[in-house]
Amino acid sequence: MNIVLILIVSLFFTGLVNRTKSIFSGRKGPGIFQPLKDIFRLLKKGSVYSTTSSFIFRIVPSVYFSTVLIAALFIPFGGDRGLISFQFDFVLFAYILALGKFFNIISALDTGSSFEGMGASREALYSMLAEPAFFITIGSLGLLTGYSSFYQIFNSIHYSASASPVISYSLGMLASVVFMFLGLVENSRIPIDDPKTHLELTMIHEVMILDNSGFDLGLILYTGILKFALYGSLIANMFFLNSTHILINIFIFFSLQALFALTVGTLESFMARFRMNQNPQFILMLSSVSLLIFLGVMIITGKI
Amino acid sequence: MRNKIYEIALIIITIGIAASTSIIASYALVGRQIEIILSGNQIFGQIPLRIDSLSAWMILIINFTFITGVLYGTGYLKHYNDKIKELRLHQFMFVILHFSMILVCTVQNFIAFLIVWEIMTGSAFLLIIFEYWNKATVKAGLNYFIQSHVGVVFILVSFIWIIAQTGSTDFNAVTAFSQHLPVAVSITLFVLLFIGFGFKAGFVPLHTWLPYAHPSAPSHISGMMSGVIIKLGIYGILRMLLLIKTGYLVIGEIILFVSIVSGLYGVILAIVQHNLKKLLAYHSIENIGIIGIGIGIGTIGLGLNNDFLAIAGFCGGLLHILNHSLFKSLLFYGAGSVYQQTGTLDIEKLGGLIKRMPQTAGLFLIAALAICGLPPLNGFISEFLIFSGLFSSLKSGSLSFSLYMLTAVAALVTIGGLAILCFTKAFGIVFLGNERSHYNKIPEEVNFIMLLPKYMAAAMIFAIGLFPRLFLELLKNPVSLFVPNILNGSYGYYSNQAAILTKIGLIGMLLISVIFILFGIKKYFERYKVVAAEPTWGCGYVAPDSKMQYTASSFVKTYSNLIEPALSIHKSDVEMDNVFPGKKEYSTHNYDKLEFYVIDKNLKWLRKILLKLNFLQNGRIQFYILYGVLFVLMIILISYGEYLWQVFTGFYKLFSIN
Repeated sequence: MNIVLILIVSLFFTGLVNRTKSIFSGRKGPGIFQPLKDIFRLLKKGSVYSTTSSFIFRIVPSVYFSTVLIAALFIPFGGDRGLISFQFDFVLFAYILALGKFFNIISALDTGSSFEGMGASREALYSMLAEPAFFITIGSLGLLTGYSSFYQIFNSIHYSASASPVISYSLGMLASVVFMFLGLVENSRIPIDDPKTHLELTMIHEVMILDNSGFDLGLILYTGILKFALYGSLIANMFFLNSTHILINIFIFFSLQALFALTVGTLESFMARFRMNQNPQFILMLSSVSLLIFLGVMIITGKI
Repeated sequence: MRNKIYEIALIIITIGIAASTSIIASYALVGRQIEIILSGNQIFGQIPLRIDSLSAWMILIINFTFITGVLYGTGYLKHYNDKIKELRLHQFMFVILHFSMILVCTVQNFIAFLIVWEIMTGSAFLLIIFEYWNKATVKAGLNYFIQSHVGVVFILVSFIWIIAQTGSTDFNAVTAFSQHLPVAVSITLFVLLFIGFGFKAGFVPLHTWLPYAHPSAPSHISGMMSGVIIKLGIYGILRMLLLIKTGYLVIGEIILFVSIVSGLYGVILAIVQHNLKKLLAYHSIENIGIIGIGIGIGTIGLGLNNDFLAIAGFCGGLLHILNHSLFKSLLFYGAGSVYQQTGTLDIEKLGGLIKRMPQTAGLFLIAALAICGLPPLNGFISEFLIFSGLFSSLKSGSLSFSLYMLTAVAALVTIGGLAILCFTKAFGIVFLGNERSHYNKIPEEVNFIMLLPKYMAAAMIFAIGLFPRLFLELLKNPVSLFVPNILNGSYGYYSNQAAILTKIGLIGMLLISVIFILFGIKKYFERYKVVAAEPTWGCGYVAPDSKMQYTASSFVKTYSNLIEPALSIHKSDVEMDNVFPGKKEYSTHNYDKLEFYVIDKNLKWLRKILLKLNFLQNGRIQFYILYGVLFVLMIILISYGEYLWQVFTGFYKLFSIN
């Protein structure tokens, strides 16, 4: 169920972000399906491979896409559990995404380029720094609800005996902030990275895929969008209403995803990218926010 | 020709020992404990040889690693064919080491245990210093030898104390006695033993011998040392945990703390290493930390009577022992192949080897993924078990306990992330890109006998990753030694975990098949398309050079800036100052900060004191005879000390009454 919705959202997500940016900068801008059309054109093209690269470089886009696709299967939709669901499934979720990152990084090193290594190095470091925030957040939500899988946690987050909805929604807001910024870090968007910059020296993700072309490039671009939708649906899961009709939840899902896209677009319109050496501080800030959630849960469960 | 006979003989002997002991061990693993009691003598007392399921688990791991080790070693030592004497000693010691390690796992008599422990240390020492003509090798070997013996002192003291208390040298005698031990005594005893065995296992800050010994040993020995020898330190700790019956909570918290520090410290230093084997050695410290985290939370679970926690912790820890022995030996064998073909282990000088040695590269990649704990390989399974324990433990206990467990979660996640940084560097720089220097001969794929053991280890890595339930079932008996409830009351937790692991295995298979299907689709799409090969795009620059590639140092530059306070990096920089500046030089060298504070500084004052006693070593034989006589006299006096004391107190009483 949810995987279908995520795929639908991925059709227009980046388009929406770009459209927001274009409106803020006073341009007419491309239609919201333009990124998808670009990807389709890329999929139909032939490719050019670097003579330096090996089979690693050729297989990585497939690996990267598969990991995100499988990870999407973990995410529940309100009362519906995800296709894959078991206790502590979020550990596997995070590690499968990490597998994709590993391959992405070595694929960049495979080209022997002086630029792509730069992106690889940054990607490896930043994603390492971002990892604890996810685990602490989910761990705290698990502690709040007393459950340990995505489905159970999200299903009961606002219905736990110990916390009133006001508190749980505010914790949910905090958690969504964490997930949103994690999404930005994972996808290398402003303020971590500027995908539209013209200088390779200042990029992270874009510089890693300099040598990809054709089908591979299309796959990587689509995976990026999918990853966004993935984090968006994690956020959406925190605001579903349990007992209402499924159509209302679908409406909530789409409006939250759209809101997420609008926020990203707005952020990108009004913010500049951080200096590279300040990124670690910013990413570690996410961990401290997640620690706040943890302490909040501690207060609710009466340990403080 | 004769050499070949010896080689074949060694392989047959190793496989023979392995096969025969494995059969016995596999009986023990399914729950039939085997016990043989040798009569012994006055000093030893009875010497029981017991193989319970914990010993069996270790023996099976040892045997597998030795089989891969002997096969790989046969190929690896081909380059030393002219050194007949050294090879013979090496082969002999190999068998001795194998035998003594199995005995360490079976002998359950305090004195006999120490003896086989020493035989193991000694034979490992001789195996490490195979290249004894290299001064650094001997130094590293001696470092290992001395540190091992410092550890033995701690073990010896606590063993003597136990023997004096119980009057028996049998391990089993302790159990009855330790049930009523005050918690403080129990903890002190454990800490002593933990330090003693920790030297072997390489817990921080007792790890300093590891980064020297691993790079200097021949690669199959480093693989085995990291794979199984240091694990016997863990075995010792586990065995002693079985004997001690009180104070589990505090003991567990101590183990957990030391392990978190080891895990983080190991990987933090691993990243900045540029010697491939030294990097792997620091990763051994990290993985010992992960094993320790598992054992630590298992012990905490025992202390809290929380069976879920105990099962998750011990299963994770014990499984990680096996996992680490597989992927770490595979990594060391890979590093050895690289060394054999290129003559260097300096990561900065390597590059592009995937085109010359595709099989070695592929196998190294599998091991690298596994050691980072990524699914669908084996490292993930054990880390998952540990994670499940940690997350479930957040609920129990006070605020400080929850925070402690949360720290452990964050630490384990960070370790995983740093490991990814480290192994993308190691694999990416060594095997990918262009060659960074010219080698004397063109590297080529290593021969079959060196590849076969690697394929064996890789097959096991996949087997555990895809069929984890099978191995969890095997662990049921070893874990039940710690958590007896597993066989009846808490079996629910266990089967629950097993069901989850089955799902993880299935998801792993799903992932692999999706990747292949997608790759097939891509091939289908590209079937009529132009697939061209061009040089890497240099962002407009048209004369790229292999020197322009990202290097290992530059790959981790941001990281090392960030973490600099924890490292001690010496930079030497020759500035250009004259009108006609000379050559510019810049070099960095990083050193283990803890080694400086724990080992080097203490050695300095120790040396100062000992130099004052230098006059004793005057080289005259008369004096040495005198020392001997004095020593014997002292022994007699001490043994009569009790008698003299009685006489003395008798006199004292006599006088005080008057």
